[in-house]
Order: sequence, then C-alpha cells, then structure tokens
Amino acid sequence: MYSKEKIELIRKGKEEWEREVLTPILRKWPEREDRFETLSGRELNRLYTPLDVSEKDYLRDISFPGAYPFTRGVMPTGYRGKLWTRRQVTGFATPEETNSRLKYLQREGQTGINLVFDLPTHYHLDSDNPLCAGEVGKDGVPVDSLRDIEVIFDGIDIAAISTSIITAGATIFAMFLALAQKRAIPLHTLRGTLQNDIVSLYYTVHLSRFNLLDLFRISVDVIEFCVRNIPRWNPISFIGYQIREKGSTAAQEIAFTFGSAIAYAEALKKRGLAVDEFAPRFSFFFNAHNDFLEEICKYRAARRLWARIMRERFKAKNPLSWLLRFHVQTAGCSLTAQQPMNNVIRTTIQALAAVLGGANSLHTNSMDEAYALPSETAVRTALRTQQIIALESGVTNTVDPLGGSYCIEKLTDELEEEAVAILEEIDENGGMVQAVSTGWVQKQIQDAAYAYKREVETKKHFIVGVNCHEVEEDELPIEILKIDPYHEELQKKNLAAVRTNRDMQQVERALERLREAVEAQENVMLPFVEAAHAYATIEEMMNTCMPSSQGTKGGVER
Amino acid sequence: MKNGKRTIRVLLAKPGLDGHDRGVYLVAQALRDAGIEVIFLGLQTTAEEVVAAALQEDVDMVGLSIFSGGHMTILPRITEKLRQAGLGELPVIVGGIIPPDDARTLKGMGIHEVFPPGCSTADIITCVRSLIPLT
Repeated sequence: MYSKEKIELIRKGKEEWEREVLTPILRKWPEREDRFETLSGRELNRLYTPLDVSEKDYLRDISFPGAYPFTRGVMPTGYRGKLWTRRQVTGFATPEETNSRLKYLQREGQTGINLVFDLPTHYHLDSDNPLCAGEVGKDGVPVDSLRDIEVIFDGIDIAAISTSIITAGATIFAMFLALAQKRAIPLHTLRGTLQNDIVSLYYTVHLSRFNLLDLFRISVDVIEFCVRNIPRWNPISFIGYQIREKGSTAAQEIAFTFGSAIAYAEALKKRGLAVDEFAPRFSFFFNAHNDFLEEICKYRAARRLWARIMRERFKAKNPLSWLLRFHVQTAGCSLTAQQPMNNVIRTTIQALAAVLGGANSLHTNSMDEAYALPSETAVRTALRTQQIIALESGVTNTVDPLGGSYCIEKLTDELEEEAVAILEEIDENGGMVQAVSTGWVQKQIQDAAYAYKREVETKKHFIVGVNCHEVEEDELPIEILKIDPYHEELQKKNLAAVRTNRDMQQVERALERLREAVEAQENVMLPFVEAAHAYATIEEMMNTCMPSSQGTKGGVER
Repeated sequence: MKNGKRTIRVLLAKPGLDGHDRGVYLVAQALRDAGIEVIFLGLQTTAEEVVAAALQEDVDMVGLSIFSGGHMTILPRITEKLRQAGLGELPVIVGGIIPPDDARTLKGMGIHEVFPPGCSTADIITCVRSLIPLT
C-alpha cells in the first residue's frame, strides 16, 4: 500500500527509533514478558507499522465494505443502516415459561428470537422417556410435539420476527412449519435460521443417538427443501461457537467451521443443486472469546476466506454466495463461577469485538451462566450490554473503524493463512466428515484445550478471580434461576394429554408416509411436517425415520 | 505398583445426556500426567454402567462430570446404586455447573467434593490423593 521508496524510509526510521528511543527505555524498564501472545498462542509483535502490510493490495485484500473480498463487512453501510439483530438464547423449564421469557425479552428490546431446547429434545427423546429423568427443561425448553411449539410462540408473530432455532434436524423445524401453516403464513415468507450443522454438533456436543451419516442426509434434505420452498430462510448455520467452546484456537474455529460448510456444499452439489442456489442461504455462527484483537481479526479473516473459497473453489458467480453472514455468541467457557458480576465486563469486551468484527447478529451471555440458565435480571443486563454498545459507544457510526490498522490487518492475514493451512489438512484427512469420524478433528481440539488449560494454571494466561485477584466467597452475590422438578412433571402431564387427545389413526398414517419416504430415499421434510400436524412426538418421528441408526456414544472416540 | 506405591485408579464418566466433554477430557489428561490411572467410560453413561465398571475395574474413586443441570436427580441415583452394590465407601467427586446450594446438598448426600468451572486440575489431583490412602 506504500511505494518502495516510502517503505525504505519507514524501515530506516524504524531502525533509528529502535536504536535511539526504544533500546534505552528497554534497558531502564524491561517489558513484562519475553514473548507476548494472543489467547490462541499467536505471537504479538511489540509494534505494527506499514512494514507489516507493505505487501498488501488494498483493492485485492481489503477493499470496500460490501465489496469482494468483504474484509470490511458485507454491508456497504456497516451498522449505519441496520444494527445487528439482538437475539438472546432462550428456553428453559416448560414451553409456558419460555413463552413468557420470550415476550419479556421482546418488551425489553430484543429484535430476533433464539430458541434453545433441552437435552431430551436434542436427543429426540420424549420427556416421559426414563432416560430423560431429571433433564427435562434443565438446559433448554422441552418440545415433545407441535403442542409445545404452539405454546412457545403463542402471541408471537412469527411472520414478523426472525427466529433462530438451535437444533439439528428436521423434527422441530417441521413443527415450526406446521405452526406457520396453521396460522396461514405462506412458508416462502418465513425468515429465520435453523442450526442444522450436524457435522459440527456431532463431535462438539454429541447431541445425538443416531449415526452421523444418517443425520447428515436428513440435514441435507432440510437445506434442499428450504432452497426450493422457503427462500428467505437460512437452512443451516455452521457452528464455530461450539468448536471454540470445546477448546479450539481461533484459526481452528474458522477452519473446522468451513470444513463442515465445504462438506455440505459438496453434498448439495451432488444432489444436483447449483452452488449459487444454496450458498446465498448459508449462515455461520462464531464465538467471541476474551482476546479482543484476535477475535476482531478472526471475523475479518473468516469473511475474506469464505468469499475466496466460494468464488475460487466453488466457482460461485452470484455475489450473494460469497457473503459470510454470521451470528456471534460471547464465550460461555470464559465465564467464571468466581465473582460472577465480573462476567458482565468480560461479555461487554467480547460483544464489542463481535461488533467491531462486523457480526450480523449477537447473543450476549448473562453473568450467572457459570451456575445456571440466566435469571430475568441477568439476561436483561446482557441485552442492555448490546444496547449500550449500539446506542452509546459510537462504534456503530462508521464502517469497520479498525480497518487499516497495521496490527489488525496483519493479524487478519495471519489468521487467514493459518486457517487455510488447517483446511488443507482437513482435505488430506479425507474431508470434514471423514476427519470427524476418525477422531482427528477432536484430537486437534483437545490438544489445544489442554495447552490452554496448562497456560492458565501456570499463569501464562490470567483469568481475574480464578488465577489472580481471587476473593473468598461464601455466598453468591447474585440470584440463580432454579428450575423446579415440578416443571418436569408438568411437561410429562401435558405430553400425556397430547397422546390422549390426538387422532391416533392420523398419527399412524403420517408415520407410515414418513417410513415410505425414508425407504424410497425421498426428501423427508414434507412427511415430517405432516407428522407434526398429527401431533406425532419427536421420538416417534425420529425412531420412524431412523429405525436402525446407531450413533457412537460421544466420548469413546479417544 | 510404581516405586513400591500402588497406582491410584480413578473411574471417570459423564452421566446423563450432557455432551459438554471439554472438562472431563482435561481432568482425565491431568490425572494421567500426574501418574494416576484413568478409566474413562465416556459420555451418556447410566448409573448402572458406572456401578458395573466401578466393580469390575476395582477403582479407588469415581469422578463424574455434569453440566446439564440434571445433577440433583442423576447424582443421588448413582450414589444410591453404588451403596446398593456395596460400594458405599468409594469416594465420589463431581465437576460441572453446579450452584453452591446444590453442592452443599450433594455433599450431605455422600458426594465428597464438587469442583466448579475454573477450578485448577492441581486442586483435583490434591483432592484425589487426599481421599485415597496408598498404604
């Protein structure tokens, strides 16, 4: 970005500065460390100057917001036009409690819905299955049938608000579509996002009792169905968030997320879809961890790399296919049980990184989440954190304010390069599905997690309240949300009522249709929607769809 | 036996449906690095599987990791089954997302220690060694 002569002058100037200014100071006041590192272990230089970005071509590598390769953002106006969507993960106890929390958050200024389910629901087990005892409604909302989806969205206009559904697979989504049909909302007008990235979910949180390849096929069915019928819906959101929570580095987070996205893109092409049909509907979901600068650069690097992958590897022609649109959640794993109010500050810094990195949608964690799901007071503070960044901080008033910083551009380059190298390794390991099946990906992440834990324990990384500035706390300074066992009983009672009141012949007909579709290897989405209308339960639907599919018990791969 | 001392054997498991396994892998590796033998049962283990493995592997201790919020149902069921199997004296320690009130209740029910997020693996190793006499 500078002429050769200018660079030469800067280089000489820097040498002189080091000799005359820096060296005497270092003798007097040595630096705190021999080597300064980011949270992912990347070395940070003392100072970045034009010398670090001298090879860059502004138009090729950075360019303008809304222009290829989108380093500075996907919207030409940044947040000057539209702010990011503020959507807090919501779901606990029962559909009734969740409905009232959703309405509360809407009153408090939430602009999107982000619905999360309990473990039994993720596993496609009904709430009255003995395997689920004690876990119903504990870390999300239980959904057994369409009845629960109706209750969750009661009084909420799903035609007007965009809804993110944090689940893998077709069952809950089918219930959501059935609800839309019952409300006479044309499916093609629905807006929202389905998580659906089973490849990533499978090895990060193991939310399944079925075989990976069987689940992969269904998730591809969902994408195909949406591309053809619900054009404004994002049928998949590739999950970097959980990869990072499991302990990956920032570059691994980018690469493993894209590894999954590439696997899906190839599967969809095999179904006969053109890349420009499905790629514009791909969306992404990243973490915002503690390292402010590294995180900002991670989003910028990811945006540029995805654009290049789509254009160069997949030969996408439609500019919308090149866009990396992403949701961010602040890092749950960074929250400390110690001095929980400090988590508000951590979350603020992380959220600011997401905004400076150009997130399209954001969830901010609540201070109490190292103990339980958030209380109403805590979640409001978390939402307020976003609103203060949006309305008070001023960072939203110019596009990509950190673009052009020598440090930011250099780190962005380095993260992209490292992610590219990991993507090559994924290819060498047979692609993402294969690399997950053999446990290679898990091993990479576990090694990174262990290295980080060692660094915290040897105080190479500090965590305030954990390995420095500790205090003795006998009582918690904040109130914790308790989920009464009564809620589990209530959910089971409501499920029993659904079983009694539904038309069993209609259920059997719908499940039979689903079975036929599976056997004929047809797309299962419409049969799922029909089963949802009949109030078939989530367990009935999945057991019908996958009668002989067996998953691995998540933890045994190593 | 190592240097005349018996090697400590710890059974680790994640009971219930919870898939958050970062913590349990870190603990397993830290214990192994400290010379403690780890038998890891994996995820989604049932109370019956924990008891059967504890009997079969002749372990000195059981460590359970749980982040799902289901601890007040799942953990007492495991300690009860251990008691029924004649393993009532076997130390059980727990790690995960467990509020202090619940931790106190669990300790009253025979769980020896509850480790919250952010605790150090050194503390866990110290606890394991203190609970198991090596004579």
